[in-house]
Amino acid sequence: MKYMLLIYADEAKVLNDKTREQRVSPAYAAYMEAMQKAGVIVGGDRLQPTASATTVRARNGKPQVLDGPYAETKEQLGGFFIIDVPDLDAAISWAARCPTASDGTIEVRPVWTV
Amino acid sequence: MPRENDQVAREAAEAVARRSYGKLVAFLAARTRDVAAAEDALSDAFAAALVDWPASGVPDSPEAWLMTVARRKLIDAARRRKSGEGAVDHLRLMADELEAAAANVPQVPDERLALMFACTHPAIDRGIRAPLMLQTILGFDAATIASSFLVSPATMGKRLTRAKTKIREAGIPFRVPERADLRERLDAVLEAIYAAFAEGWSDPAGTEVRRRNLAEEGIWLGRLVASLLPDEPEAIGLLALMLHAEARRGARRNARGEYVPLAEQDPRAWDPQLIEEAEALLLRASAMGSIGRYQLEAAVQSAHVVRRRSGSADWAAIERLYDALSTITDSPVVAINRAIAVAETRGAAAGLAALDVLRDDARLADYQPFWAARAGLLARTGDVDAADQAYQRAIGLESDRAVRRFLRQRRAELRAASPA
Repeated sequence: MKYMLLIYADEAKVLNDKTREQRVSPAYAAYMEAMQKAGVIVGGDRLQPTASATTVRARNGKPQVLDGPYAETKEQLGGFFIIDVPDLDAAISWAARCPTASDGTIEVRPVWTV
Repeated sequence: MPRENDQVAREAAEAVARRSYGKLVAFLAARTRDVAAAEDALSDAFAAALVDWPASGVPDSPEAWLMTVARRKLIDAARRRKSGEGAVDHLRLMADELEAAAANVPQVPDERLALMFACTHPAIDRGIRAPLMLQTILGFDAATIASSFLVSPATMGKRLTRAKTKIREAGIPFRVPERADLRERLDAVLEAIYAAFAEGWSDPAGTEVRRRNLAEEGIWLGRLVASLLPDEPEAIGLLALMLHAEARRGARRNARGEYVPLAEQDPRAWDPQLIEEAEALLLRASAMGSIGRYQLEAAVQSAHVVRRRSGSADWAAIERLYDALSTITDSPVVAINRAIAVAETRGAAAGLAALDVLRDDARLADYQPFWAARAGLLARTGDVDAADQAYQRAIGLESDRAVRRFLRQRRAELRAASPA
């Protein structure tokens, strides 16, 4: 099954913490290498901060464009991975190994299959 | 004759349902993770059996017969639901797997434990785990479960459906966890079984047959898990605990139907057979050298049962056991029971002091046993006014009529004894 791991963290904290990048980058590199070795990774990326987000919806065929992310929350979506693993337990164990799991939150969502 | 055959067929179907329902659901759903579809197919198969068996006789292996019919229904249903190339492959795979598995029939493999672990997966809402297990393993319908858990059948039905959808869509595996995770995951299974049992046992009147049955079903599930995991001391400990509690069911009421608290129960009214079984289980579990919550709670029961021989419970042991329990849970219930034991070993004032520590715990503001325990201890220290207030609070919080009557009587005795 394919699962999306949505990586949430307190963006302000992440951006203000100057040493975080140095600390976390090697951890993410190792994490992604582990996913590649296990053959589970389908894709994934880090996202630009929410200040760069634009929210769009179309009502009566007319696009409405709003500045900012869809939801204002304490933690923001900062990146994602799509992995292909046998079941939820495997997805949970990969989510738990994600470096941001220690100070942020990882949401695990099965990808809709037709 | 046909009526007689009907009767035989019905009884055979019911016997198989009772014995094999969970086994068949577990096996049919294990590959697809689709519990609802397995249940539907199985209910069709039971309906077919009631038509077929009176005419052609009950088959040699009713379980295998039901399995074959249910398998066919499952594949038909999947075929109707899905179309397209991918679906055909999926169906072929499923059919092959079921076919291969069916070759093993009449030995339908027992995958109930895997199903129980799926039902109590951490991704499933905690409150629905016990109802889900009652439905999938024992075949209870939503209405019966709803009446036991005191919610509307519609609500219970919706919550059960949502949980089954979650199992399927989220890919919750049907698997007994690896050794490293087994203990933690087993806790959730045991907790759900105990929740089912407690729902049934918490009816002190014993008048609601459905809830009473739930306690028996809890014990049945406890026996099942203990037999499937014979080396897990906590599974055995839980069974011992439930049997100890069940042994005292009848003693909770006197001949006039009034509530009798444990301390005033007549030990001769306890079921000696259940107690002996519980004691033997506890002994077996403790020999495995890994202590846990359920073994400790069963040991508390065992220390109460000592009264059968010595005339009084072993309160020193009970206090020690609650000390041990409070190191593994921060349950205020444990703390209350510990305070009651302290009152027996070191006097009411010491017990009251142990209880006072809990006063700021917000969880206890609406918890009847806390106020009843406090009232009892205050009365023993002679603080009549404070005891009176605590009884009033306890009475206001109790929903069971007989227990309320019992508390009112205690309160009246308190005032009768005091000069004011």
